[in-house]
Amino acid sequence: MSDAATALHHPAVEPVESPLTPESWGKLGMWVFLAGDAVGFGVLLASYGALRAGSVDWPNPARVLGIQLTALMTFLLICSSVTMVKALENLKKPDLARAKMFVLLTALGGAIFVGLQAYEWTHLIERGLKVFGNPWGATLFGASFFIITGFHGLHVTGGVIYLLSIFKVISRVPDMRYNYMVAEIAGLYWHFVDLVWIMVFTFIYLL
Amino acid sequence: MTDTHAKHGPSYMAIFWYLAVLTVVEIAVIFLPIAKVAIGVLLVSLASTKAAMVALYFMHLRLEVKTLGYIALTPVVIGIFLVLVLLPDSLHAPHQTADSKKLEAPQH
Repeated sequence: MSDAATALHHPAVEPVESPLTPESWGKLGMWVFLAGDAVGFGVLLASYGALRAGSVDWPNPARVLGIQLTALMTFLLICSSVTMVKALENLKKPDLARAKMFVLLTALGGAIFVGLQAYEWTHLIERGLKVFGNPWGATLFGASFFIITGFHGLHVTGGVIYLLSIFKVISRVPDMRYNYMVAEIAGLYWHFVDLVWIMVFTFIYLL
Repeated sequence: MTDTHAKHGPSYMAIFWYLAVLTVVEIAVIFLPIAKVAIGVLLVSLASTKAAMVALYFMHLRLEVKTLGYIALTPVVIGIFLVLVLLPDSLHAPHQTADSKKLEAPQH
């Protein structure tokens, strides 16, 4: 325990909420980053809502974009969140082999998600959906679709790279406590990507 | 380390099934023969519930110190403000894009 943490447990120090100890600085940093990132997505989705509500010729997304594939993609991300928490559970036991397997499965889920998104984009572009126009109505329909789903897709791609880096770290470092910490922080990012997709799926495809 | 033992709440698999079922319900909701506004309210409520479940259980927010909870709530508050400040523009100024005007223009 650091000097600062020891000082906080001194009887002369007023009882406060349990402190963020130095080993959780990384977690705090990730939460601050995610809060900022969430504001970014919030701006995009709120602007989308304003455009959508004010437009008289916004196409029906569920009909134009289709939801079967994206429902499958949603299910895939939920599954990958479960494999991520399973990886953490196994790091805690500790069962490194199974933890590594679950981290890899999580990354695989993300990679398949990005592949399906590339397939969906290709299909929609072939049907006429462009950034600056589409055959069904409001011009900004295409721009908002590509910007929001693309921004999220970039996050998933970054997440897959992040998870593969974590796989490398936990394979090399013998300290299981450290491994749990770095994997938990990576897990926060991954679950956030899942959380954002839940909102994107609802706003862009279902509403 | 965050203690996530089953005694603290539903297991991860239970959360997984809740999320999967809520996703199916969301898809079913868009086919309901009710007003669009009602569908919108239902969908946003369901999505918010799912997002809260991911944050509370998968991201362990319910077991964390309050500081992290406040950090997580900040973007929610900002998001609500964003929607509120955009409401006047989005609800009272229906607009058409250049393309849709072209579609409506008389053909020669």
